Amino acid sequence: MAIWLDENSRIVVQGITGSEGTKHTRRMLASGAKVVAGVNARKAGQKVDDVPVFGSVTDAIAQTGANVSVIFVPPKFTKDAAIEAVDAAIPLAVVITEGVPIHDTTEFFAYSQSKGTTRIIGPNCPGIASPGVSNAGIIPADITPGGRIGLVSKSGTLTYQMMYELREFGFSTCVGIGGDPVIGTTHIDALDAFQADPGTDAIVMIGEIGGDAEERAAAHIEAHVSKPVVGYVAGFTAPEGKTMGHAGAIVSGSSGTAQAKKEALEKAGVRVGKTPSETARLMADIMRSL
Amino acid sequence: MDLFEYQAKKLFAEHGVPVPTGKTATTPEEARAIATELGGKVVVKAQVKAGGRGKAGGVKVADGPDDAFAKATAILGMDIKGHTVHSVLVEEASNIAEEYYASFLLDRANRTFLAMASREGGMEIEEVAATKPEALARILIDPLAGVDAAKAREIAVAAKLPEAAIEGATELLAKLWTVFVKSDATLVEVNPLILTADGRVVALDGKVSLDENADFRHPEHEAFVDVSAVDPLEQKAKEKGLNYVKLEGEVGIIGNGAGLVMSTLDVVTYAGEEFGGKRPANFLDIGGGASAEVMANGLSIILGDPSVKSVFVNIFGGITACDAVANGIIQALDIVGNVTTPLVVRLDGNNAEEGRRILAEANLPVVKPVDTMDGAAKLAAQLAAAAA
Repeated sequence: MAIWLDENSRIVVQGITGSEGTKHTRRMLASGAKVVAGVNARKAGQKVDDVPVFGSVTDAIAQTGANVSVIFVPPKFTKDAAIEAVDAAIPLAVVITEGVPIHDTTEFFAYSQSKGTTRIIGPNCPGIASPGVSNAGIIPADITPGGRIGLVSKSGTLTYQMMYELREFGFSTCVGIGGDPVIGTTHIDALDAFQADPGTDAIVMIGEIGGDAEERAAAHIEAHVSKPVVGYVAGFTAPEGKTMGHAGAIVSGSSGTAQAKKEALEKAGVRVGKTPSETARLMADIMRSL
Repeated sequence: MDLFEYQAKKLFAEHGVPVPTGKTATTPEEARAIATELGGKVVVKAQVKAGGRGKAGGVKVADGPDDAFAKATAILGMDIKGHTVHSVLVEEASNIAEEYYASFLLDRANRTFLAMASREGGMEIEEVAATKPEALARILIDPLAGVDAAKAREIAVAAKLPEAAIEGATELLAKLWTVFVKSDATLVEVNPLILTADGRVVALDGKVSLDENADFRHPEHEAFVDVSAVDPLEQKAKEKGLNYVKLEGEVGIIGNGAGLVMSTLDVVTYAGEEFGGKRPANFLDIGGGASAEVMANGLSIILGDPSVKSVFVNIFGGITACDAVANGIIQALDIVGNVTTPLVVRLDGNNAEEGRRILAEANLPVVKPVDTMDGAAKLAAQLAAAAA
């Protein structure tokens, strides 16, 4: 079992003919994911390896039954690509692109909400992987086998690190929600989905400085999540007012600090690791005790 | 990027938001000339990116040109919360009847835009929010609909602005929204927004933060960069396309992925506590494809920081393979040349064993491979302490 991405997922890649799009299409295919189509308005009718390219997401869906889109187009064109995916009513659109203007994301997210038919993950995220089942994005497929831990994270490499440290247990689904200030899918969305997923026994939640998503997730866990949750927050030593790599990772005044997030999570009964390795050990203990 | 007041007002004026007439001066002589040109009373305002300017004595009214000279002399060079005043804005003095507050900003929690407005202006808005929350109107803005005249009026009315100010505020708010959207801002704030004695609504101050992700469609924003405040190493890194932030410690950090690098800073800080408080010297994310060239660029920037006594290269091979990173490190050391600072390298993930084997075989005296992140952080801190 898994959340949002399973054996029935049929992937269309928007921006398949770009270098990143092509590279990661190959990686997804190699991992066993069903990439059934690509989209490029100017290259319809061509193929990337064996994957047919269509002129629009709507065409790709009609011809191949695609139900997940992965978006690799450059920041300038990301808004249009996301809106196209929403207009095609694809159930899941995963926006990998980093560097999308915040006004564009806010607009296409509002658009997706107004239509109500597309879940957006990202932007500026590594995507979503249900190990051994399917893989939509750039998360390396071979770090861990399938298993019963769910993972939701703002960070790419920290996600991989955690998957690696807990590979003896395996993961149901790993969701990289992205490090931008506005993202389509939040920690809370993923926590709810993992809570409801019979294939997930425990959840790792990775956060970082900036905003108050972790604090809100903590309140949500207290009220709605009964499965064990282990947390990690990056950026305890980040200085105020400096953006740390991710556009959303910034401590503004006294808000958005890692300390406040850790305290909120611990208050909600979440065990928070001091380092990624300690976090993995906390989760390993839980998995062994279940 | 946060703008200076004078830059914010320039954007305001371009979109028709009423602001007082004024110009910036970097010397008292210039301030006198501007005051002469404006005539009458003027206000001399320190241009710093910090709040609480007025309380710190950075805003003064001057009677005329000579007084403007004197006030500018006092303000230029002042230190306001760690910011040195390099320029002042000299503006015509406004005849203030009342002071209000208005802003548009990104609301991360609600993933939309937010208007905030209040009849209580002039003080820090956090203070209004804390002491008189009922006086602060918060209105969510639908990003698809934006702010038209009707919405602008709704905001002005919700802020309980007096009848005399509603018309002017409505017009100003609609234009301020244009500034927010057309400039790709994450914040436009007017505090105070004033009603003048003759009934006009004017932006007396201005604060703007711009979204750097949108720079590609705003070549004009480059002129707003405060070159004097940019750290030279950060500037060099930016030119090389690297994501680098200068910090105060001794352990240079290179990693791949923003989250992993933030985490590395934390782990090094904890480990450094054992060694007299050694801390990370920087944030540097070299991203997914850690080629030799990128690694060399990163290394040369980090080693260009004289406070760096050891370097921690923390790589998780996800998309990139650790053998390629290992080769990249070896080549990078060759490219940079004469590196004597110890390099603690932790490789994990994709092809980690091969990467470790390559490093072991190269047997470079400055390279210290360690298998775990916590162990590597400890050694890096220890080496920094030993070199101090």
